[in-house]
Amino acid sequence: MQTDQLIADLAGETTRRRNEFAMPFWLAAALAPFVALAVFMPMLGPRANFVASLSTVRFDMKFVMAGLLVAAALAVLAALARPARPVSSRLKWLALPALVLVAAVAVELIILPQDVWPARAMGQNALNCLIAIPTIGAPVLALFLYALSHQAPTRPAMAGAVAGLAAAGVSAIFYAAHCTDDSPLFVALWYPLATLILVAAGALVGSRLLRW
Amino acid sequence: MQPASSSKLQGLDDLLRRALAGDERAYRVFLTDAAAIVRRFAAQRMPRHSAGFDLEDLVQEILLAVHAKRHTWRPGEPVGPWLFAIARYKAIDAYRRRGRRIEIDIAGMGDVFEDPSGAPTAIAQDVNRAVASLGGRQRAVVSALSVEGKSISQTAEELEMSEGAVRVAFHRGLSAIAKKFGRD
Repeated sequence: MQTDQLIADLAGETTRRRNEFAMPFWLAAALAPFVALAVFMPMLGPRANFVASLSTVRFDMKFVMAGLLVAAALAVLAALARPARPVSSRLKWLALPALVLVAAVAVELIILPQDVWPARAMGQNALNCLIAIPTIGAPVLALFLYALSHQAPTRPAMAGAVAGLAAAGVSAIFYAAHCTDDSPLFVALWYPLATLILVAAGALVGSRLLRW
Repeated sequence: MQPASSSKLQGLDDLLRRALAGDERAYRVFLTDAAAIVRRFAAQRMPRHSAGFDLEDLVQEILLAVHAKRHTWRPGEPVGPWLFAIARYKAIDAYRRRGRRIEIDIAGMGDVFEDPSGAPTAIAQDVNRAVASLGGRQRAVVSALSVEGKSISQTAEELEMSEGAVRVAFHRGLSAIAKKFGRD
């Protein structure tokens, strides 16, 4: 087919047919907590002393770190979703949650005597954490990938990976409300491992599903 | 990006903004200008005289992508980087696809195929498999045009589509097949 003919056809199509539904990125971000909540409540639910725990710093820090991760990952993801957006300048925002986590670990190591470090790091819920975060995060990841497929990511694998990171952050906010291990040592060991599962899954699926 | 083309790229901003608002004429001019820019871009970067690569195919792939993803450009952003990012993405895609396909010169291989009845069956199966991988209107259009050998106007009438829509669906269907089976 001649290019001129194609241009005429495409130009004709733009007015004749109204655009198909394309899920805006902000809508996916707004829906994500509800999707996670729908899995979290029947599966786990918040821990019994949830309200009382809110006054402890270690408990609150879990939400601060997960929240920072969500904000940074969504900012990067929004840039990855469309062509020629500033990705590299936003990538460094991801360092913020990591730095806060490292600082929290450092403070915890100073506060706690050395002989309780291993027990706090291993906690009681290691396996729960590795299962629950990917499980709550999976439908959130699917939602993000669906929204991305309506955009035009020129780096599909990376977009999928960052979608996994954002989904893990959303998931971690909810899981943190259930898990009784609040030590930053536990958080620094198990949350990133669970996150890695979603990141890898996102990269794998993204590299196939997000091509256009 | 050459400085000479920057004024043209600025004109593209305005054209695409009007096109997205529903101005068909502006869209036609935009696509024509974009095709010229993209053709130059592709000609500079892609190996021209290699088997299995057609410059105009790539230009059309890019235009189809621009069309399908035009909602990802926001008024106020420069069109240039957006357009080049799409062109680059499709160029890499085409290059990869070409790299994974083995080009065989079939001239002089006639004596290899002793049994002429065996080959066509396999090809017919492949064609059916390829067409079956498509969905909806693309499948109906590709099937009508390439398998049943109908004309574009006939197909358009039967499927109650415009001829333009038939051509676009046909092109997209073939692209999808090339993508799917070129990569396996």
